[in-house]
Amino acid sequence: MTIRLDIVTAEHLVFSDDVDIVVAPGIDGELAILPHHAPLMTMLQPGELRVRKGGEETFMAITGGFLEVRPDRVTILADAAERAEDIDAARAEEAKRRAEARLSGKLTDADMVRAEAALRRSLIRLRVAEKRRRRRAEL
Amino acid sequence: MANIRQIRRRIRGVQSTAKITRAMEMIATSKMRRAQEAGVAGRPYDEKIRQVISALAALPQAGGAPHPLLQRRPVGRIAVVHITPDRGLCGGLNANLNRTTASFLLEQTVPVTLITVGRKGNEFMRRTGREIRAEFARIGDRPSLMDTLPISRIVIDDYSSGLVDMVYLVFSRFVTTMTQTPVLEQLLPIEPLELPAMQNVEYIYEPDSEVVLGELLPRFVEMEVYHAVLESIASEQSARMVAMRNATESAKELIEDLTLMYNKARQESITTELLDIAGGAAALK
Repeated sequence: MTIRLDIVTAEHLVFSDDVDIVVAPGIDGELAILPHHAPLMTMLQPGELRVRKGGEETFMAITGGFLEVRPDRVTILADAAERAEDIDAARAEEAKRRAEARLSGKLTDADMVRAEAALRRSLIRLRVAEKRRRRRAEL
Repeated sequence: MANIRQIRRRIRGVQSTAKITRAMEMIATSKMRRAQEAGVAGRPYDEKIRQVISALAALPQAGGAPHPLLQRRPVGRIAVVHITPDRGLCGGLNANLNRTTASFLLEQTVPVTLITVGRKGNEFMRRTGREIRAEFARIGDRPSLMDTLPISRIVIDDYSSGLVDMVYLVFSRFVTTMTQTPVLEQLLPIEPLELPAMQNVEYIYEPDSEVVLGELLPRFVEMEVYHAVLESIASEQSARMVAMRNATESAKELIEDLTLMYNKARQESITTELLDIAGGAAALK
């Protein structure tokens, strides 16, 4: 028994496959979706998305968006979704430095919120990329 | 004879122009393809977001008042987002777009602020002395959603703060490679009734339907602006492709005519020279 998962961003289709389980960072906490889940529409918070198919698990970094569940399919409208292998760890590191530098300077509230969000995003990217690297080392 | 040299120089000049227009045609063709692909790639997202918004907007609102971006109010000021290419050499595309916006502006009884995207439209509007609220240029041939976010930001902010009560988009719709039509579309307030209705599914909303709708609507606006920019790029490139193909063909015809002229002139000069020599030889006898 599988469920169809489509991950779309405004720019392209990131992922499309039949999977066993989707674990997503919902706004009210992490949620796991199996086939025949009740119709649901939830916002996502920045975090990592885990997808299992067969015995294989895929990680993705997600910076927010929406998740729609129908009995036979899950659609994620992602603000940005990156597969672990696509994440440029160096770029994420760089972005993190930038955000931290901004945080340490004097800032207005709006800038602060933006900088914090940027920092959170780059930390997630790094975490997902890190996980990927470790798995590769084990193989 | 000087005439022959002039014709030869002219032929060479037209030939190098044809080389350039031919190259521009090929570049435009590949850029057009890419812009079209980018437009198609974002379609699933667009469709989904439309479906969800139309379903959500149909729900009775708990608070009574609809979301600000859906709310219609008396119009005291209009904003027009005028999207044009940065460059010319694309047939009548820019002229058509500018005419569409200009005639719309003339019809209005309320003041209008302009937001221009692309250099060509900006130059035109500045010449006509219009009030320009913001100008964007150099969006590039392959913009990401991020590149167009500042445009939607300013639109949403102005609308939410009550600075403008209605927002229109003017851009060139890519119909086919041969046809691009300038269109004027209402961006804000969003008219959910015009969106396709979704199949009847009862969702559980988290955190609740109003918050989800409130988060979706700005994204919808961003999406619309992004799509308009993509369509405009596809139109620009296809218009340029067609214009350059015509230019190349005209150049070829011109070269043919000139070559014929050149050969005739050459023949003529040979004939006169021969006559001169024959005449001279006859005189010596």
